[in-house]
Amino acid sequence: MNKRSKETLFFQILRLGTYVTVSTVVALLAYLVYMGSDMLSFSFVTSFPREGMTAGGIYPAVVGTLYLMALVLLLSLPLGVAAAVYLSEYAGERESRLVKIIRIATANLAGVPSIVYGLLGLGLFVLFLGFGFSLLSASLTLSLLTLPVIITASVEALKTVPHSYREAALALGATKWQTTKRVVFPHALPGILTASIIGLSRAAGETAPIMMTGVAYFLSGLPQSVIDQFMALPFHIFALSTQSPNPDLTRPIQFGAVLVLLLLVLSMNLVAILLRTYYRRRLS
Amino acid sequence: MIESFKKVKIEVRALNVWFYKKHVLKDISMRFRTNGVTSIMGPSGCGKTTLIRSLNRMNEVLKGSRTEGEVLVDGENVYDSDIDVFELRRRVGMVFQKPNPFPKSIFENVAFGLRIQGMNERDQLEERIMVSLRRAGLWDEVKDRMDESALTLSGGQQQRLCIARALAVEPEVILMDEPTSALDPAATARIETLIRELAKDYTVVIVTHNMQQAARVSDLTAFLYIGELIEYSPTPDIFENPQNVLTEKYITGEFG
Repeated sequence: MNKRSKETLFFQILRLGTYVTVSTVVALLAYLVYMGSDMLSFSFVTSFPREGMTAGGIYPAVVGTLYLMALVLLLSLPLGVAAAVYLSEYAGERESRLVKIIRIATANLAGVPSIVYGLLGLGLFVLFLGFGFSLLSASLTLSLLTLPVIITASVEALKTVPHSYREAALALGATKWQTTKRVVFPHALPGILTASIIGLSRAAGETAPIMMTGVAYFLSGLPQSVIDQFMALPFHIFALSTQSPNPDLTRPIQFGAVLVLLLLVLSMNLVAILLRTYYRRRLS
Repeated sequence: MIESFKKVKIEVRALNVWFYKKHVLKDISMRFRTNGVTSIMGPSGCGKTTLIRSLNRMNEVLKGSRTEGEVLVDGENVYDSDIDVFELRRRVGMVFQKPNPFPKSIFENVAFGLRIQGMNERDQLEERIMVSLRRAGLWDEVKDRMDESALTLSGGQQQRLCIARALAVEPEVILMDEPTSALDPAATARIETLIRELAKDYTVVIVTHNMQQAARVSDLTAFLYIGELIEYSPTPDIFENPQNVLTEKYITGEFG
């Protein structure tokens, strides 16, 4: 085979790879929209399920997922950012062996299967700490799962801040904290936010960890406090399609719920992208 | 060597600096007089930058540095454990090789050092910023665009902005680490004029590997070679009548 046809062949293989990926996503979305868009309506997302979940809407599951996300954000963002700032700005100087181990551990934690987090949450929050099968236990568990993602990405974002900015601030008599707060952190914030939202949207779709820590098959009301059980979209979809006495009857609702979950996650990612573009423009 | 100055601003005594195992500065002792310009020249890697960074303790923000010896500013050893390093860095300001304005507005760049000291009142800030920008010779070029990003300025303007930023906190000493090496000749000339101007009120120490620059701007010149202070004399003397053979070789361009 001559050089030129080899070049063409490899180019086509690479292109095929891209096309397969993109077309899978497009086909999936198109199919879901086709099957589920009929269900989408205001009342679908604002009414409770009826008749053994074969009719009605998905209101409690939507609200449950939103509650869960809010709590996870509240718990994991401050903690994750604090850890990242420590690892990147403070611990970095000494670069002790311990810090290296923490960094490697954090990176590896991001790859631990979510069912393992579920078991940890069950053992630690539900049973040992006695938070019970609740919104609190589930949020804490999902926060643990989101933390490594936030930390790793935030450390990366902090690393992109030029060293010359830090030096400029320190040479003016700024303390390390002033430098971090006024120069380093604002510069890294878009990256940190983007990463956090993406981490959060991953948590939004998790099913295994919440199954073991607090999600309910069906509730007739919304959770009134963090120690109540809750319904959530991913588990609701799982329940409708596998646990229902009549899965065929619930099929339209399944598609509707999947579509709502996807829209939720995609719109979170969209926000992340918009934030990033906005800040990038403002900086340059 | 110069033994007597009317008034010594900074005295370096038996200064040794290491980075990890590398001995970068070897037993340096020298004095910087109050006001005027002292330049430190020498080939790349001779320790010029490390020397001026030791004057405001900026070496310690880099990994692996270790310092022994004394640096006295107004008779006080800045390496004493009870010294306020943040106050030291306010008094001994610094301008870097590459202009490094913050990605903030022109106003906020100059305001930075004032804000970290707790000055937040608009009137006060505006006054100090105007004075600083005037001194740095930048006011006329930026007075109508104070809220624009500092990154929209040209390289030479950015460097003058960095000088204004350093001046805003009212330092006594200004350290400049090859402040024109990233600039074109026209911008360089402006900065050099500015340095002469500043020398009336501030003690200026400038690092340069450009001999003509040392000759043009400084009253005193030190020649550093592989971490050692080879020669330190009034600038005309060192260029016209170098005492050390290494200095002579450097000046005549045999190495560097």
